[in-house]
Order: sequence, then structure tokens, then C-alpha cells
Amino acid sequence: MFELRWHGRGGQGSFTGAKLIGVASVLYQNRFAQAFPSFGPERRGAPVLGFNRISSTPINDRSEIAKCDRMIFLDDTLFHTRYMADLKPGGKVLINSQKTFDHPDIIVMDATGLALEVLGRPIANTAMMGLLAAMTDGEVSIEAIRKALASDLKPSLVEKNLALLDKAYLKGLELCAGGQCDERL
Amino acid sequence: MSNHQTTFLNGNEAIAYGAKLCRPEVIAAYPITPQTKAVEKLSQFVQDGELDTVYMHVESEHSALSACIGASAVGARTFTATSSQGLLYMLECLPYAAGARLPIVMMNANRAVATPWNIYGDQMDAFYALNSGWIQIFVESGQEALDMVIQSYKIAEDPRVMAPVMLNIDGFVMTHTYESVQLPNQDLVDGFLPSFNPVAHMMQDDQPMSMCISAGNHHNQEFKVRQHLDLEASMAVIESVGQEFADAFGRSYGGVLESYRAEDAEIILITLGSVTGTARCVVDQLRDSGKRVGLVKLRVIRPFPTAQLASAVKGARVVGVFEKDLSFGYEGSLYTNVNSALMQQGVFIKSINFVGGLGGRDVSQADLFEVFEKLENADATLAAGAVHYTQMRCEP
Repeated sequence: MFELRWHGRGGQGSFTGAKLIGVASVLYQNRFAQAFPSFGPERRGAPVLGFNRISSTPINDRSEIAKCDRMIFLDDTLFHTRYMADLKPGGKVLINSQKTFDHPDIIVMDATGLALEVLGRPIANTAMMGLLAAMTDGEVSIEAIRKALASDLKPSLVEKNLALLDKAYLKGLELCAGGQCDERL
Repeated sequence: MSNHQTTFLNGNEAIAYGAKLCRPEVIAAYPITPQTKAVEKLSQFVQDGELDTVYMHVESEHSALSACIGASAVGARTFTATSSQGLLYMLECLPYAAGARLPIVMMNANRAVATPWNIYGDQMDAFYALNSGWIQIFVESGQEALDMVIQSYKIAEDPRVMAPVMLNIDGFVMTHTYESVQLPNQDLVDGFLPSFNPVAHMMQDDQPMSMCISAGNHHNQEFKVRQHLDLEASMAVIESVGQEFADAFGRSYGGVLESYRAEDAEIILITLGSVTGTARCVVDQLRDSGKRVGLVKLRVIRPFPTAQLASAVKGARVVGVFEKDLSFGYEGSLYTNVNSALMQQGVFIKSINFVGGLGGRDVSQADLFEVFEKLENADATLAAGAVHYTQMRCEP
């Protein structure tokens, strides 16, 4: 079971990201998946979570995800070192940031910068999906995410988001080649 | 499956697609968290021309069910959806619908009841309506939710039943979780669920009648007892509809309850709704370590599957009942129902009540491991009758 948790603020697209990863897994990778938000009222700017479980067999567990294979932080102000305890062995934290984090299990990419460059808007979830694909080869394939974006996004947003996804994916592969991610799932 | 399409839907959407496939003629609803997306989706279907129905956006839940009662009384297939305070607001109408023998189908997104006000999930709302004469079904997955909307109409409209159905789905945990759902095509559903033909107690244009059903002290008791006996007898219809559905759609949920690895179990946990899935994971792990544990998922609690439950647990040493419900001043209401069933059937097993997940508290695998551990040591350490609470943040 591959378990992923998204950390973001209301409005940054953490649940949209989780849903797209679910669509990619179920519709375009022939797997089983769950996607769910942290439950409760929707509040712009408030810390929120998104969750993904992905498996080749049906998924029964209905609890929140406490131990993760990957954690994505769309907003670096939400990260705290205490979250490192929530990683499974071999797990990684992916942070959207311009800062550096000195930890072997943390991968950093300036996804907001890439998004501003390509979309002209500071929405980082698509770029972080590209990084995720680069780091979880097989679990969530870049091709499946491409198809999910093409089928689920508003048609006017598809082209630019695909460009952003690919750019972030290549950037992610570079980071891996540079030794930042010592283990690809 | 060529007669199905793979989709990625949340529970609300699964219910909305299920309702759409049943071609309701009238939908009357008022949005309430966490049910909102279900009625929005249905409204969207109507707006987009995908569903030909009279969609009544009423001003309250009381009106929603009242409108369904009116429409059903003239033979229309009707659908509504509610949750929590909305269910309580329409509570007056529930026995009206049941007593008038109207086959309305209603989704209830299980949610906590105020005060303290809380929009998250638990199952306390449904228990307020337990005595209302409605069939009450609980589901564990989006697929089961969709499939049970279709089965609910077949059950409700059966001439032997003629009772409304409340389809319970855990708020948020189910309504807001997206997962794989096989969406049956319309032909398959049409073949299983023909259009509804009004029956004798429903008014038609060419046959006006008084619908002011009143029965004084000479006949009222006969009405009520007959209603009760028919609801009890609906058990057999629920089971046969489940079988017929399995034959047509290829999916079976095991009847009014499902035993999971319980056949030779000495410890059995009884569950309701989505927590069943998490409990399956825990049972699997405990089985791997050699423990003889199992679970029984109650799918229907009105009518209550007394004999089936007794038969499913009779070989156990101890049973636990886990519920997101508490009847203040007594215990969990499901526990009361389970104990009565076992007592009636002469199955005298120690039973322990676990209450948790109230007001949206997560129920983790760790919580359920703890429940099974307590059950394992129940003889030595647990008094019967005491309610145990999972995941308390402070001493009660």
C-alpha cells in the first residue's frame, strides 16, 4: 500500500492534487485508490490535508493516514521536523520551497517559481505532482498523471498544466540524478 | 465488465449516480453538510438534461420529506437526502411516510447531533429514527452505497414491504472519500428495477380518494401491529433482492449481515458502516498472528436480523459491539439491540460495548487493535455492562 499525505492551505489545491493522483491511479493505471481531504468546513488559508492510498488490491482501511511513503508540503511554513516521524522507512518529504532543508529524506523544489513561470499563477500542486512522479516511479506514473490532468482539468487549463507537470518532472529527475533522492520506489 | 464503467467517485456522487439510475420522478431536498454534494450533483444532472425528474429545492428538510410524501402518495418514485439536524427537523414526517406505506428512498449522511454543534460524522442521528418504521441500511463503501440505492427501491416498492428506506452512509469518511466505483449502465438497472406502478393505496387522477388516513382506538393498534409484522417480514425481501442483484450485477454483500472470518472465531467484533473496512484490516493482521478473531458487519438494523446475528456469533467466547453512537444514560443503542437479539435466541455470550468515533474522531487500526485486546482479556478484566470508550483525550 502506497500512502501519500498532502499538506497545504485551503485554496492551494492540496485536495485537488490528491484527487488527480487518485484519478490517475484508478482510471489510467488500473489500480485501486482513495483520495480524501481532512474533513470539516472549507476555509481558505487554513492548514488542510489531502490523503491518497494506492494499491493493486481493493482498499478497506478508512482511517486517516498516519504513516506515509510520501508527504507533500505545498507551503513550507506548514513544515515542522516533527512530521519526519510520520514517514515509513524509505519515505520522503517533498517540500515546495526556495529554502534548503538539511535532511537526507527531504527533497526541495521551488514549485511556486515553476508555476509562476509556466502558469503565471502561484499554484504549486501540478508541479509537485511532477516531482512526485519523478520520485515514485511505477507507483504513480507520469503518463497516468498526464491523462488525469487532460481529463479532469478545465479544458482551458490543460495545456499549461501539462507543460508545468513535464517541466517539474524533468527537474525531479535531475534532482534524483544529482543524488538528492537516493531511492526511487 | 462491459455493462459497467470504472469511475472515481466520492460517496455523495456514488449515491447521486445510484439515484439517477433509478429514474426518480420527484426529488425534493435541502442541502446540509456533509450531504450537500449529493443533492448538488442530482440538481446538476437535471440542469444538464441527464435526468428527467421534478427537482424541488424546498426550504427545509421538513418540507423535503413532506413533498416526497405527497408525490409518493400519488405513485411517483421519490428520492431525498438529509443528515443530522436535518433528519431531526424532518423527524415528524418519518412515521407519516412509513405508516402511509410509501416507498420513499432517503440518503442519510450520518453526522453528529448538536450540542456541541459539529458537522463531522458519527451515527447518532440515525438512531433517533430507529422507531419510525423505516428500513435502515448502513453501507461500507462507495460501491455498496450506489448498489444499495438501486436495491432500496426494489425493496421499498415490493408489495410485501411498502416501507420507506433510509440509506445510511458515514458523513465525510464515506461522503467525501473518492474511490473506485463500478458504475452500472442504465440498461442493466432498468432490467433490474422496472418503473414503479402505483398500488391501491395511492391516488390516481381518475380515482380520487381521501388520503387523510385516520384510525381511532378501534383500529389503530391493528394498523401498527400489521406495519410491524410487515417490516419484520421485509427481511426476507431484503435478502432475496440482494441475491437477485448479485445475479444481475455480479456483486454480493452477503444479505442483512456479513460474517468476515467469523466462522471459527472466538472473538467477534460487530460493526456498522465504514469502520468495518478498517476492522477488516485489523482482523486480517490478527489472523496472521494466529488469533481466532472475526467480525460481523450489520448491514440492516431495521428490521433487526435477530436470528442471523445469533447464528453468526453463537460459537464465539466474547463479542464486542463498536458503534459511533451513545444513548445518554444507558449505552450504545446498537449494543442494546444486539444483546436483546442474543438473549431472545438463547445465545449467552459475554458482550462488551465500545463507543468511539463520535463527532468525527478518527477510528484508527490502533484503536481497533486495542478493542480486540480488551475483548481477548474480557473474562478477567471487563465487567459486562460497562461502556468502553476508544481514544479518550481525558478521563471521563
